[in-house]
Amino acid sequence: MSTAIAAERPQATVEERFEYTLRLADTSLVAGQRLAEWLGHGPALEEDLALGNIALDLIGQARLLLALAGRIEGRGRDEDALAFWRDAGQFRNVSLAEQPNGDFGQTIVRQCLLDAWQLETYASLAGSLDAELADIAKKAAKECRYHWRYSSGWLVRLGDGTEESHRRIGAAMQDLWRFTDELLTPDGLDARMAECGIGPPPAAVRERWEQRVAGVLEEAKLPLPARPHYPWHGKRGVHTESLGHLLATMQHLPRTYPGVSW
Amino acid sequence: MSAPAADAAATREGRIWRTLESVLDPEIPVVNVVELGVVRHVRTAGDGRIHVGLTPTYSGCPATEVIEQAVRAALDHAGLDDVMLETVLWPAWSSEWLSESGRRKLEAFGVAIEPRAGTAPACPRCASRNVERIGEFGSTPCKAHYRCRTCREPFDTFKCI
Repeated sequence: MSTAIAAERPQATVEERFEYTLRLADTSLVAGQRLAEWLGHGPALEEDLALGNIALDLIGQARLLLALAGRIEGRGRDEDALAFWRDAGQFRNVSLAEQPNGDFGQTIVRQCLLDAWQLETYASLAGSLDAELADIAKKAAKECRYHWRYSSGWLVRLGDGTEESHRRIGAAMQDLWRFTDELLTPDGLDARMAECGIGPPPAAVRERWEQRVAGVLEEAKLPLPARPHYPWHGKRGVHTESLGHLLATMQHLPRTYPGVSW
Repeated sequence: MSAPAADAAATREGRIWRTLESVLDPEIPVVNVVELGVVRHVRTAGDGRIHVGLTPTYSGCPATEVIEQAVRAALDHAGLDDVMLETVLWPAWSSEWLSESGRRKLEAFGVAIEPRAGTAPACPRCASRNVERIGEFGSTPCKAHYRCRTCREPFDTFKCI
């Protein structure tokens, strides 16, 4: 890059980079923890394995991203400190990630909408000026593309399946669609990170997400839900009730026995 | 670096590679970590210390830490205790990083390898191409699950993504 361009580009502050990295990290962490609740409860052994493996990938991504956030912050917090010693109001995941599993169809809808977003976001972040973030994103994008293949495959099977599966997955789509606005509408920090060359251009992510999701909905013979208007603010730390319950389970052990290890 | 120092470094790097070849994958203990393609480099830094770069197969693979610990233990046992282990994320691992010998051992063990993303492998038991995918995921993050329509046996496959 020429120095002229470098000089024109605004520089993100440490706080902005920390907050932004937490959004990505917490979304993966919370989505991974939710999927892990399926362990031993999957509708078939293959699906149990699949959901568990996707959870592992997501928690692995979260570890890398939380460790990066801790290094950016520079106050000595590692990935465990950030995962286990923050309360709900300090989590920056999008609200969709924390929504309860419901039945298998509801989980598939949540995962599908989130996979499409993570996949497009990480693919775009591969070109981030934050080189460490770019490396994590390139690996994560490959994984999320594979997750999408699984979740979108199931969306089509259930949407274009029996009358009952069509009805139930359609209802789940109508219910969870209201959380997608938060994924696609940038707030000040998203816009700022794009300006600084760290985050992806939000309009491009939105366009690719909409294209991808509209395509799979059509294949699944499900109607495209109407655009939602209600704004959620998970990425600013305002969460639905579900997150607190999830964190209580996830954080109970390390908080009860600080420093405990296997 | 002077010529004798460079020779000494090369000898030491060679010893490290041989030591790493003694560390088996904890979940598929027929291949070592070099054959698996998770050792990215062994190189001597400016300060004379040797750096070993390891990469995870998948971000969340639980074997990553076990492998790190096993590598550390093997190096310690070989008296190579001044080695720095570092994590390399890019280029990301895929089944293309498996070595030829690794591939042969895996197939002999009954694990197939997807030739390309989304392309079905041959059955490791009877070599039939008439196979079907049962699940995108298998017993470890790096594998998918297939079934052979010819010999009827299910088998694991290293997936290519």
